[in-house]
Amino acid sequence: MAAAAAGRGPGCGPGDSPEGPEAEAPERRRKAHGMLKLYYGLSEVEAAGRPAGPDPLDPTDLNGAHFDPEVYLDKLRRECPLAQLMDSETDMVRQIRALDSDMQTLVYENYNKFISATDTIRKMKNDFRKMEDEMDRLATNMAVITDFSARISATLQDRHERITKLAGVHALLRKLQFLFELPSRLTKCVELGAYGQAVRYQGRARAVLQQYQHLPSFRAIQDDCQVITARLAQQLRQRFREGGSGAPEQAECVELLLALGEPAEELCEEFLAHGRARLEEELRSLEAELGPSPPAPDVLEFTDRGGSGFVGGLCQVAAAYQELFAAQGPAGAEKLAAFARELGSRYFALVERRLAQEQGGSDNSLLVRALDRFHRRLRAPGALLAAAGLAEAATEIVERVARERLGQHLQGLQSAFLGCLTDVRQALAAPRVAGKEGPGLAELLANVASSTLGHIKASLASVHLFTAKEVSFSNKPYFRGEFCSQGVRESLIVGFIRSMCQTAQNFCESPGEKGGATPPALLLLLSRLCLDYETATISYILTLTDEQFLVQDQSPVTPVSTLCAEARETARRLLTHYVKLQGLVISQMLRKSVETRDWLGTLEPRNVRAVMKRVVEDTTAIDVQVGLLYEEGVRKAQSSDSSKRTFSVYSSSRQQGRYAPSYTPSAPMDTNLLSNIQKLFSERIDVFSPVEFNKVSVLTGIIKISLKTLLECVRLRTFGRFGLQQVQVDCHFLQLYLWRFVADEELVHLLLDEVVASAALRCPDPVPMEPSVVEVICERG
Amino acid sequence: MVIAHIHVIDFDDENNIINKNVLLHQAGEIWHISASPADKGVLATCYNKTADGKVVTCAAVWRMPAELEPGGHESPEDAASPAHALELLCHLGPAAHGSTACVAWEPAGDGKRVISLADNHILLWDLQESSSQAVLASSASLEGKGQLKFTTGRWSPHHNCTQVATANDTAVRGWDTRTMSQIYCIESAHGQLVRDLDFNPNKQYYLASCGDDCRVKFWDTRNVTEPVKTLEEHSHWVWGVRYNHSHDQLVLTGSSDSRVILSNMVSISSEPFGHLVDDDDLSEQEERSQEPPQDSVIATYEEHEDSVYAVDWSSADPWLFASLSYDGRLVINRVPRALKYHILL
Repeated sequence: MAAAAAGRGPGCGPGDSPEGPEAEAPERRRKAHGMLKLYYGLSEVEAAGRPAGPDPLDPTDLNGAHFDPEVYLDKLRRECPLAQLMDSETDMVRQIRALDSDMQTLVYENYNKFISATDTIRKMKNDFRKMEDEMDRLATNMAVITDFSARISATLQDRHERITKLAGVHALLRKLQFLFELPSRLTKCVELGAYGQAVRYQGRARAVLQQYQHLPSFRAIQDDCQVITARLAQQLRQRFREGGSGAPEQAECVELLLALGEPAEELCEEFLAHGRARLEEELRSLEAELGPSPPAPDVLEFTDRGGSGFVGGLCQVAAAYQELFAAQGPAGAEKLAAFARELGSRYFALVERRLAQEQGGSDNSLLVRALDRFHRRLRAPGALLAAAGLAEAATEIVERVARERLGQHLQGLQSAFLGCLTDVRQALAAPRVAGKEGPGLAELLANVASSTLGHIKASLASVHLFTAKEVSFSNKPYFRGEFCSQGVRESLIVGFIRSMCQTAQNFCESPGEKGGATPPALLLLLSRLCLDYETATISYILTLTDEQFLVQDQSPVTPVSTLCAEARETARRLLTHYVKLQGLVISQMLRKSVETRDWLGTLEPRNVRAVMKRVVEDTTAIDVQVGLLYEEGVRKAQSSDSSKRTFSVYSSSRQQGRYAPSYTPSAPMDTNLLSNIQKLFSERIDVFSPVEFNKVSVLTGIIKISLKTLLECVRLRTFGRFGLQQVQVDCHFLQLYLWRFVADEELVHLLLDEVVASAALRCPDPVPMEPSVVEVICERG
Repeated sequence: MVIAHIHVIDFDDENNIINKNVLLHQAGEIWHISASPADKGVLATCYNKTADGKVVTCAAVWRMPAELEPGGHESPEDAASPAHALELLCHLGPAAHGSTACVAWEPAGDGKRVISLADNHILLWDLQESSSQAVLASSASLEGKGQLKFTTGRWSPHHNCTQVATANDTAVRGWDTRTMSQIYCIESAHGQLVRDLDFNPNKQYYLASCGDDCRVKFWDTRNVTEPVKTLEEHSHWVWGVRYNHSHDQLVLTGSSDSRVILSNMVSISSEPFGHLVDDDDLSEQEERSQEPPQDSVIATYEEHEDSVYAVDWSSADPWLFASLSYDGRLVINRVPRALKYHILL
C-alpha cells in the first residue's frame, strides 16, 4: 500500500506545470501520511491536516493545502525582479531535487518493512482458516454433551426426590431423639456442672415442647425437663449465693438464670447484694489500713489500692449489671445508681479520712499524684454511672483537699515568717562579743527577706502541681479559675502578705509598751521589710503568681496598689512605733534623772551630768542603727557650724523678763513672757507625729519626744540656783551634740531654750551661769 | 517663802464678762486644788513647802473670805486693793506620810470627809468642828517593789461614795473607803504614767483615764483586762480628762501638745442616741435611730500656746468648760451650739 501511494505521487506530478512536481513534493508526502493514517483508522486526517499550516487558506503557501501554483507564479512574477525570480527558480529546483532524493531514501528504508508486513498478513490468513475448522468441530461436540446430560438428569430425577425426603425424615428423627434424650442429657450436664450447655439445650427444646405439649409423650418430656430445669436453677442459685467465685462467674450465673426465665427483678436485687458484699469487703480492708495502730501506707499506695480494689470492683459490678439487666429500663439503672452512690459515699469517706491524715504532710507531689490517681480511677465508673455523680463527688474531694492544702501552705508561710522573726530576735538578743558585732541589721533583713521569698516561691511551686497539665483534674473549672485566682492568688499570696503586715503591726500593739517586749531593732527591721515589700517585692510576687497561674477567672482580685498601700501603712506604723519606743527609752532616762535628783540642794555644776552623755551616746547608737537600714533624708539647710552657737538665747534681753518672779501681780512681765512664748511657738511642735522613711526624720522624732519629756519633767520640779545652772549646762551639752541628728536644728534649740526657761521659772533664785563658763564645762566633757 | 495666788474667776455668761479676784495663799506654791462640794467657801490645796533645802508637798483646808465666795456678787474692781488672804482651817495631818499629791472630797457628802494621797499612803480624814480639825479616820498604804507613789485620785460619786480610784505609775486602783482595801487594779492601764482619772457621773462602773502614752482610755471597772474604748487624738501626754457632769458623752481632755479636745463618746455614754427624743416626735426619732452612734471628736481647741495642764466643766452650766495652760492662760469655751441642740432635742 505504501508502495502504491509512492507510485501515485509521481503520477500526479507530470500533469502539472514544470515547477509543479517540485512544489507538490511536501504536499504529497503529507497526503501519503494521511492515507496511512486513514488505513490505520486514524480518521482525523483532514482535521489534523488543516490546522497544521500557518494559514491554510493562503494559496501562495507552498506547503499549504490550498496551494495554487498559478496564483503563486503570478505573484512571483508580479512582485519579484528578474534576479530574484532566477534565484527562486534555482532554489526551487534545488529543493525539488533534495525532496526527490529524500523520497527515494525513505522508500528504500521502508521497503523491507513493507515486505515483512505483507508476509505476516498472508500467514494470518492461513491460520484463520485452520481455526474456523476447529471451531466447527467444537460446536458439534458440545451438542453431543448437552444431549447426554439431559438424558442423565432425566434418569436420576425420582431418586433425588426420594433422597431429599429421607434426609428430612432423618433430621426430624434427630430432633425427636434430642428431645427424648433431653432429660438424661440435662441431668448429665447438671451433674457435670456444664450449666451453660444445659441451659442452651433447655432453651433449644423449650419452644418445641411448649408447642407440642398436648401430645402425651412430649408432655412427659416437658415435665421431666421442668423438674431438671428447676433443679438446675436451684443449683445455679446455690452457686450464685455462695458467691465464692469472682464477679465474672457470678455474672455468668445470673446470665444463665435469666436465660432460664427467672424473675429479673429478684435477680438484680440479689446481684447487687452480692456486689455490695464484695465491695464492702474491699472497703473493710481499706478501713483496716486506716486503722490507728499500724502505720498507714503512704497515700499513693492507699488510693492505688482503693482504685484497683474498690473502684475496679464497682466498675465490674456496674458493667455486668448494665449488660445483664439492660432490659430493666430506667428503674434498674436507678437502682444501680443508688447502689453506686451509697457505696461510693462510703469510699469517699474513707478516702477523706486518709487524706485528712495527710494534712500534716509536706510532700505535695505525692499527694497530688495520689489525688490524680484517685480522680482518674473514678472517671471510669463516672462515665459508666453518670447518675451516681461519682466523678463530681471525686472532683469535689480533690477541690476540698486542694483548698485545705492552700490553707496549710498559708499557715506554713506564716509560721516560717514567725520563725524568721524568732531567729532575728535571737540574733538581736545574742550577747555581743566584745568588739565584734553580730550579724548586721542589713544582713538580717536580707536573710528574712530572702528566706520569706524563698518560702513563698516554694509554696507556689508546690501548689502549682495541682494545675500541672498531666494531672487529670487540672482542667476542671475550679482548678482553672477559682483555684488560681481566689485560692492561690488571693487566699495564699495576698493572705500571706496581709498576715505578714498584721503580724508586724501586732508588734506595735504589744502590751509591753514599756519597751521590754519587742526589741526596737526588730521594729526597725520589719518596717524596712514592709517598705521593701511596698516598693518591689509585692508586685514581683504577684507578677510571678499571675504568670505561673494564668488566671482566667474574672472574679475581682486585690490590686497590687491596695496591698502596697497596706504594706506602706504597716511600715509607717512600725517606724512610728520604733520612734516612740526609742523616744520612750531616752525619755525614761531623762525623766528618772530629773525626778530623782535633789535640785534644791545640788552643788555648783562642774560637769555635764552622766545621763546627758548617755543620752547622746544612745542617740548616736540609734543613729547608726537606723542608718543601717534607712537613707539619710533631707536636712534643712543651716549654717554648717551650728555647734558653736553661743548662749545668746539665754543671755538675751528677754531672759530678764523670763527669770523675773512671776508671782508679782504686776502685768508687764507677764505680757512679755507671753509674747515671747508666742513667738517661740509660732510653729507648733507635734511631738508624737508620724515619721517619714528616712534616718533624719526618725531621729528627729526620737529627739523631739525626749526633749519634750525633759521639758515637762523640769516643770514639775523646783530648782535651786545651782540646779538651774546644772540644767543650763546639760542643755548646752545636748545642743552641742544633738543638732546634727535632726532635720531642723532650730527645733532642738527651741525645745532646749524652753527647758532652760522653764527651769528658770521653777527656780526661786534664778541666777544663770555665765555662758562662757557653761561652754568651758561642756567642752571639758 | 513662795506666796501663791488663788484666782477666783467669775464668768458672767449673759454679759460675757470675766471678773477676777485674787486670794493669797501664803503657805507656798499650789500643786493641786479642790473645792468642797458642800461649802462653796471651803477648798483644799496641796502646796509645796521648802524647808531645809527640801521640798515637801503638804495639804490643808482653807476658807475663802466670805465676800469673795463665788456668787457673792461683789466686785472690787481695783486690782490695787489689798489681796485677801485665805483663812486656814486645818492641815491635813503632819507631813510624816510624805508629799501629798492630791486631795479629794467626798462628792455627795456634807464636806466632812476628805481623802488625801501622800506618797504611797491613802488617808481618809474626818473634818470636825466646822472643819477646823482633821482627824485621820483610816488609812491604807500601797506596798510593792520600788518607791510607789500615788500621782492622782478620784472619789467615785456612785456606790454611796464608798469607792476611790487612785493612780500610781501605770496602774489604776480602786479602793473601798469602808475597809480601806483594794477592790480592783488595772495593771498597766497605760503604757506610761497615768496622769488623771474621772468617773462617769451617770454610769457607776465607768472610769476614764489618761496618761503619758497620749491616750485616753475608758474602763469598765468590772472587767479591767481590756479598756472599753481608747482615744488616741493627742500628740503628747494627756494631763486631764473630765466627763461632762450631766451629759456624759461629752469628754474633755487637755494635753501638753497644748490642745484641748472635746469628744463625743456616744457609744459608751448613758444617753444612747435618740433616747431623749420626745415620744411624740416619732418620725424624727426613727430617722435618728437609723444612724449608728458614732464616737467622734467634736472640736479641737488650740487657743493655748503651751501645755494644757487642767481642764474642767462648769458645775453650773453643763455647756461651759475651762482649760488652763502653763503660760497661765485660762480659756473658757462653750460646747458648739449645734451639738448642744443635737443632744437636747
